[in-house]
Amino acid sequence: MGATITEKIFSGKCQRDIRAGSVVMAPVDGAMIHDITGPLAIQKFYEMGGVHVFDPKLIIMLFDHQIPADSIEAAKNHVYMRKFAAEQDIHNYDICEGVCHQIVMEKGHAAPGEIIVGADSHTCMYGAAGAFATGIGSTDMGFVLKFGALYFRVPESIRAEVNGTFQHRVGAKDLILSIAADLGADGATYKAIEFCGKTIRLLGMPGRMTCCNMAIEMGAKTGIIAPDKVTWDYMAKRRAGIRPFALASDPDAEYAERRSYDVSRLEPQVATPHNVDQGVPVGKVAGTHIDQVFIGSCTNGRFEDFAEAAEVLGSKEFSDKVRVIIIPSSRNEYLKTLRAGLIEKFVTAGALVEAPSCGPCMGGAFGLLAPGEVSLSTSNRNFKGRQGSTEAFVYLCSPATAAASAITGEITDPREV
Amino acid sequence: MRGWKFGDNIDTDAIIPGRFLTIYDEKELAKHAFEGTRDDFSKLAQDGDVIVAGRNFGCGSSREHAPLALKGAGIRVILAQSFARIFFRNAINVGLLPLVCPDTDTMKDGSSIIVKEREGKVIVEGKEYPIEPVPEFMYNIVEAAGLVGYARQLKEAPVCTKSQR
Repeated sequence: MGATITEKIFSGKCQRDIRAGSVVMAPVDGAMIHDITGPLAIQKFYEMGGVHVFDPKLIIMLFDHQIPADSIEAAKNHVYMRKFAAEQDIHNYDICEGVCHQIVMEKGHAAPGEIIVGADSHTCMYGAAGAFATGIGSTDMGFVLKFGALYFRVPESIRAEVNGTFQHRVGAKDLILSIAADLGADGATYKAIEFCGKTIRLLGMPGRMTCCNMAIEMGAKTGIIAPDKVTWDYMAKRRAGIRPFALASDPDAEYAERRSYDVSRLEPQVATPHNVDQGVPVGKVAGTHIDQVFIGSCTNGRFEDFAEAAEVLGSKEFSDKVRVIIIPSSRNEYLKTLRAGLIEKFVTAGALVEAPSCGPCMGGAFGLLAPGEVSLSTSNRNFKGRQGSTEAFVYLCSPATAAASAITGEITDPREV
Repeated sequence: MRGWKFGDNIDTDAIIPGRFLTIYDEKELAKHAFEGTRDDFSKLAQDGDVIVAGRNFGCGSSREHAPLALKGAGIRVILAQSFARIFFRNAINVGLLPLVCPDTDTMKDGSSIIVKEREGKVIVEGKEYPIEPVPEFMYNIVEAAGLVGYARQLKEAPVCTKSQR
């Protein structure tokens, strides 16, 4: 019986045949901490008797959730982490670079075949680089900082094969929202979701990141895509001297489940309150009044997402009844968007453009909703209270649907503007 | 002990909203547990109370503030039909016991609950229900008051590359 890509990554690390269901203490190739979960991880590292971290070069730190510090408490957490980074010689990107997952990807901190952990649930996004990447809590991270290893239960895999060509203004976000609606919020608990098929092969890295990012919304331990030319070209610009090698599931690998999706008739999707798996075709909620639109986050805050929104916007303006908040996911993506003239276009059309951060997705910093308000967001979670009041409503969608709706002031099919 | 009944897909944003994540003290976090979704919880929960939930308890964010807030409120055991992965690990790591119990649908809010985890059962209003067996290593971590106690005993991690076959 063949092996899945996930089993191969663990087998490679442990130098023996490892299969799904095994529990192994595996070394990690990278670890990421940010301003929300980092302070507790550092505290746990010390409580565990930690003196020096396992390898400062394999750890990255940055602040993205509450930046620039939105409270004295947040500022104190930042100071605590900066001190730790300086003492331990850890690279700290601080508040300047952007959202953690985007930074790990664009700075080349995750590569095919590696095991990467992050103290954030959307760490699963690095599966787009062919890494096994998973989110962990602060105590687990304290253990990793000390020992450079962690217990993993090697997950079974769900094979999600995607074929067909997207309709105009339909894309990766609509696909992953439809997969979430199909599998359910716990449909992949403790499993890896392996995305494959012609549609995935034709997706660029941004769309692949969007898909892997949301694997956690089905309970998955990770999302992963076997590396191909797209992946290796992306890596070549980020890791000097990296050489492609073969890494893919065997044709006779054992899967917990096999699903196939055809996107050729997929319509723009909207996840309705208050769960990510409550996705419906946009037509079912078209006309819903909205108060705020957020285009950004680790899920959809890249240049390509803003280009998609700008294409829908054309020469129109955003509705003056809607607050439109646009936040690039990193300094690099911000600059690309800026240099392409899109920032000027958004601001002219009435948007508020903020510096790279998690923004309203974090629900604790800024852009919060009052009771009864409705947000349409390109981020990844629409839980009750996620963006402010527990009596507010959050809908999730693609950048194209967000832009179309921001023009009309109500949820709108992007194919109709 | 009193059971606090919740439904399916209780996410970590509901357990502890994002605006309280600068707090790390479990007693302070407990004051905001379920704020806005179940306001009586933080006021009335007592030491030894039990959370009773449906499927996928603790989904969403990896914030360890969530199990800490529950622990700070006095919760020792969470009974649910299933748990989200990161929450499950975090709960054990901070010394909470997440127990899988298929029958939580039949349990009512406010029920009196006795947990006999070593005997593989819970007694709710005098009626017994089975719980799934708990692996011994989980007890070891919970009884060491979490992963920290376990880690303190280790000089180095028993990494798979070193312990062949």
